[in-house]
Amino acid sequence: MAKIFIYPTNSLILSDLVERFGHKPLAMMEKIREKITTVGVDSPPLNITPEDPKLGLKYASVEVPAGVRGRMSIVGPLVDEADAAIIVLDSASAFGCMGCARTNELTKFLARQRDIPRLEVKYPRTDEEGKDFVYQIAEFLKSLPKEEDGE
Amino acid sequence: MSGEDVDEITKIVVIDSESVLPSDAAMKIYESDVDITIKETCFGTMVTGPRESVEKVVAEVRALDPNHVFVKQRGFPPGDKRRCRASRGGGPRPGFHYLRNEVATLPIISRALDEYETYNPAEKKESPDKISPSKLKDIIESEL
Repeated sequence: MAKIFIYPTNSLILSDLVERFGHKPLAMMEKIREKITTVGVDSPPLNITPEDPKLGLKYASVEVPAGVRGRMSIVGPLVDEADAAIIVLDSASAFGCMGCARTNELTKFLARQRDIPRLEVKYPRTDEEGKDFVYQIAEFLKSLPKEEDGE
Repeated sequence: MSGEDVDEITKIVVIDSESVLPSDAAMKIYESDVDITIKETCFGTMVTGPRESVEKVVAEVRALDPNHVFVKQRGFPPGDKRRCRASRGGGPRPGFHYLRNEVATLPIISRALDEYETYNPAEKKESPDKISPSKLKDIIESEL
């Protein structure tokens, strides 16, 4: 079972497909759960600690807004941890909580920088594109090792 | 928070099926004898509880119609004050729009999963190029 970094990092479709084909999705939701169940991080609506922007310094320079660094403190370790990555481009919904364009760019950049198997596809708009989308993702996931390599 | 050492998770089960209704999934979950909390939503259900129990129940629901039931983990439990609209003065919760956007794409994914085993990309038809304005103009004029 490989750890697959997915972008968009909170995608239902990608998270489901990765699990469906027998791997572990590295998604934002799991990290958020860890954060909110940590004692001491309970000041609504904040869900990061003052430490997070500091942790984010590993991925983004001090000049960038604290929000980027705060987000990168969650997303960055996911990229570092990944055995493979699936990036879906042209997401019309990369807005709202997901909508930090600079974080999104940096996330994709970091995933591309790593020397790991990577698949880049576009969000499907038609049935034909959908078939291609699922086929590519499924074949990519099947090509990855299922067993733990015992690292 | 609920704290302790129990590894509690929340999963969203989104149903896009013609044969399984969200209420069927909810009934399936109610029938199970595990210690979990369920919240029915407009997309399906949210299941909260110990990791093993949740995964067991979710697998049962997915088995009802594997290609039309989608599951993802959720960070916040249902009713969490930081997300629940009851305590935030109404309006969609953060993350709702993204989920709604993806739910609109689910029928395409479901049909693709149905046909995945038989799909052959070699047979994929090339989509025709865009027609040039001058050619389009010629066609229109020739029809007149």
